[in-house]
Amino acid sequence: MSQENILTVKNLVMHFGGIKALNDVTFDIKRGSVSALIGPNGAGKTTVFNCLTGFYKATGGQIELNAGGRTTSVIKVLGESFQVSDFFSPIAFWSRLKYKMFGGSHLVNRAGLARTFQNIRLFKEMSVVENLLVAQHMRVNRSMFAGILNTKGFRESEEEALQRAFYWLGVVNLTEFANRLAGELSYGQQRRLEIARAMCTNPEIVCLDEPAAGLNPSETEELTSMIRYLRDKHNTTVLLIEHDMGMVMQISDYIVVLDHGEVIAKGGPDDIKSNPKVIAAYLGAEEDEEVSL
Amino acid sequence: MSQSTGIDIKQSLVDTVIAGLMALIVFGPIVGVLLDGYDFNLQTGNVAGLVGVVMMGRFAVSLFFQSQAGRNFLYRQASKNDGVTVTAPDYKSNLRWIIPVVMVLGLIVPFIASKYVLTVVILGLIYVLLGLGLNIVVGLAGLLDLGFVGFYAIGAYGLALGYENLGIGFWTMLPLAAIMAAVAGAILGFPVLRMHGDYLAIVTLGFGEIIRLVLTNWTSFTHGPNGVSAPLPTLFGLEFNRRASEGNIPFHEFFGLKYDSGFKYIFVYLILFLVVWAVLYVKHRLTKMPVGRAWEALREDEIACRSLGLNHVLVKLSAFMLGASTGGIAGVFFASYQGFVNPSSFTFFESALILAIVVLGGMGSTLGVVLAAFFLTVMPEILREFADYRVLMFGVLMVVMMIWKPRGLVRVTRTGFATRKGTVK
Repeated sequence: MSQENILTVKNLVMHFGGIKALNDVTFDIKRGSVSALIGPNGAGKTTVFNCLTGFYKATGGQIELNAGGRTTSVIKVLGESFQVSDFFSPIAFWSRLKYKMFGGSHLVNRAGLARTFQNIRLFKEMSVVENLLVAQHMRVNRSMFAGILNTKGFRESEEEALQRAFYWLGVVNLTEFANRLAGELSYGQQRRLEIARAMCTNPEIVCLDEPAAGLNPSETEELTSMIRYLRDKHNTTVLLIEHDMGMVMQISDYIVVLDHGEVIAKGGPDDIKSNPKVIAAYLGAEEDEEVSL
Repeated sequence: MSQSTGIDIKQSLVDTVIAGLMALIVFGPIVGVLLDGYDFNLQTGNVAGLVGVVMMGRFAVSLFFQSQAGRNFLYRQASKNDGVTVTAPDYKSNLRWIIPVVMVLGLIVPFIASKYVLTVVILGLIYVLLGLGLNIVVGLAGLLDLGFVGFYAIGAYGLALGYENLGIGFWTMLPLAAIMAAVAGAILGFPVLRMHGDYLAIVTLGFGEIIRLVLTNWTSFTHGPNGVSAPLPTLFGLEFNRRASEGNIPFHEFFGLKYDSGFKYIFVYLILFLVVWAVLYVKHRLTKMPVGRAWEALREDEIACRSLGLNHVLVKLSAFMLGASTGGIAGVFFASYQGFVNPSSFTFFESALILAIVVLGGMGSTLGVVLAAFFLTVMPEILREFADYRVLMFGVLMVVMMIWKPRGLVRVTRTGFATRKGTVK
């Protein structure tokens, strides 16, 4: 649990009823790296993502997020069930009760982890800028009175939020679409907007769920440079799920390969390319075909 | 658009004949046959008249839809382009002048209108308040609330019972009712707002009924169906009754006027008018504030909201509480203006009516809600003769609206933002 690792996943287990979606998944993500989570369909990649971002409550294991100068246990903030010992320790009791009542995946985001979705989840009937303003909810002036009276402080805070929104629109190349409805944008633009929206929450690590799905080669190229920009200019750690092997191998510093809910390999792109287990998982085990990834 | 221009008279005639036959089938037995004991008389004249009207109407409509204007109209209706639009950053509505005009007219109304008209307008304004309150919950936050009348009842009974038991007057109760309704909203909301859609609708439906049943059955406190009387507002302690309570001077004596029961309605109207404008302003500001944006975002996609660090339960709760408090304020005005409340004013039909106002006006649209509230409260008064068919008309109206204007009368626009350079600190 060193400061070097922004995300530590230990023995993560996720069961849906009798189905073991994840079985003892362990990996670390280094601060400032671009990491990828790959694996065949149904390997459990998105399940890992949903556990990391707090959308599923993991059945067992530990997920620790080292961001914003503190360590957050993702499973704890989702609200755990009461233990016998809690009834003897008021502090533990209150902390659990607090997370049970007010906990949830939003706390994971506030702790510094943002995500995008495999199937785009924009606010379709709101304008592009408003999508980015909503993402800054936790940073703007939320006082009811200041807002209703439209005080100077409120206007300044809104202006700052707008500046930040337009900055990110510039980064993802959508400035000219600022006043369009998010739902009217093309697929590739929506994907980019979703990344911008995630970045507006000021995360230290951003998890992208298949960001290149449905993009054409030139858009994928653009996306690759954008991800580099996030890492280099904003010091953001990027964790992505991707099926586009060309892109994954080109961009990633570190790759975790999942199959049937287990980590079968992890390491740099070169190790993964030549790993026989990975090749077997993708192409079947029996033949010794040449695989070009 | 369409290939053939020009008017096809033959087509129109065919349409006319078909419409005439249908009218004959519909009106023939209803209008044409008059029972007379065991016998009946044929009233061919009436039938012919009605069928003639229908045929002429159909012919005219058919011709109109074949003309260029009619085609354009059909084209506009067929393309369901009544969704949300984003206005340009420097957009100013051409109808801006209407706000001061309405303000001035509104201030003149009580002094020229008859007492009856004034009471109808007061009722309309109360429904505007209710519509605005529910519009926050349903229109902005997308939470289907079928028990909104519960908060209305809390406001109304708050004033009546507060006056009876604690001697609390109108002015104290106005903010207090807002707080009480908001607290009730929070108590109801916190456990149930984790549900969404249909489940929430059922729970709120239950809440509205619980409030009504408590008011009906807790006779020792609420006097049950007999109801409670409620006080009128006072002007700096001056009362509007013919005779003031002990130690007070009535309004008309203080100013040396002749007593007129219209004074109290004028006064209630003026306060209500100001409160409605205040609520409209707050609503206008809310949609530009982080919390308003959060509500709309929540309506669009709850999961995305959570992934952006918004606590969905608290955001929903704030919408629920603010909506409820507006309902509570409306309740106080209702009780004060009626002078009397009983549980029969807070039935499910009332909730449905408020919901209809929101849906008819356009979810999230302020102007639409104001228009719809007036329409749905003033129309039944104008069409008193058809009072029996009120609910039927209401149903027909809803069906027609859902087919042609599912997004409501007034379409929602979003304000654009001027493009900036963009910096990040």
